[in-house]
Amino acid sequence: MSDVLADLPYARFLGLTTEQDGDALTVTMPFADKLIGNPMLPALHGGSTAAMLELTAVAQVALLYPRLKLPRPINVTVAYLRSGRPVDVHARARISKAGRRVAHVQAEAWQEDEAQPIATLSAHFLVAQLDL
Amino acid sequence: MSASPLISLLPTLATGAAHTHALGFAYESLVGDRVRIRVPWREDLVGDPDTGVLAGGLVTTLLDHVGGLAVWVALDRFESIATLDLRVDYMRAARPRADLIAEARCFRLTHSVAFVRAWAFEDHPDDPVAAAQSAYMLNSSSGRGVGANLAPRREAGE
Repeated sequence: MSDVLADLPYARFLGLTTEQDGDALTVTMPFADKLIGNPMLPALHGGSTAAMLELTAVAQVALLYPRLKLPRPINVTVAYLRSGRPVDVHARARISKAGRRVAHVQAEAWQEDEAQPIATLSAHFLVAQLDL
Repeated sequence: MSASPLISLLPTLATGAAHTHALGFAYESLVGDRVRIRVPWREDLVGDPDTGVLAGGLVTTLLDHVGGLAVWVALDRFESIATLDLRVDYMRAARPRADLIAEARCFRLTHSVAFVRAWAFEDHPDDPVAAAQSAYMLNSSSGRGVGANLAPRREAGE
């Protein structure tokens, strides 16, 4: 497999690693102090979780569209369900529609328990080379 | 007229957490209820190395963060807040190797929720790279003190 995230500077900044099982990717953001947004609780910055979810979606779309260089986000919606604790975050994305021009993706991030996600993402990506 | 204590705190709130510090966020200005922060362009914050454009996820973080500042401006005090949700529209590619500025405005405060809009741009908010619409829960740490996230997770009904 080609690990798209390994080549993206911001994914490296977040320390993201990717595991592939069949067609499904699981992305992990190992805990690091530099991800903290609230030092009192302490809690991860919501932006780091959102960025990690978006990059998980990017990687999953890239896997499905091998001829595309990089899918471009049109819009993303993130819901923060639980405070991000100072531990690793994992995420997986599911492509709900793989169109000719647009793909829709849903992704979830969790920490200790996959049944208690800390954030979800729903996003549209442009997957046609000539658009925009 | 003397500036409120909150206004003097804004530069710290913009840059003071480990994540915002690591990303190089910088406080820009407050004009009326519109607050601005900047992220200076940096090689390791790029999304696509072939274009040199800052990553989408970084723009999301910038918009999330500046929105929080706008909520504190509207409250005119610091209290614990938490982003409930955030929608970002990416309207065009950012300019390669250019800093981004984000501006936010809290346009409604209710008892427990703040509603915010925010924009990211290089030069002018009329030509945005991205726009966000977000909601923040107020007083989000009620009952959860310092170090609360170091204990096992507990939920209502458990």
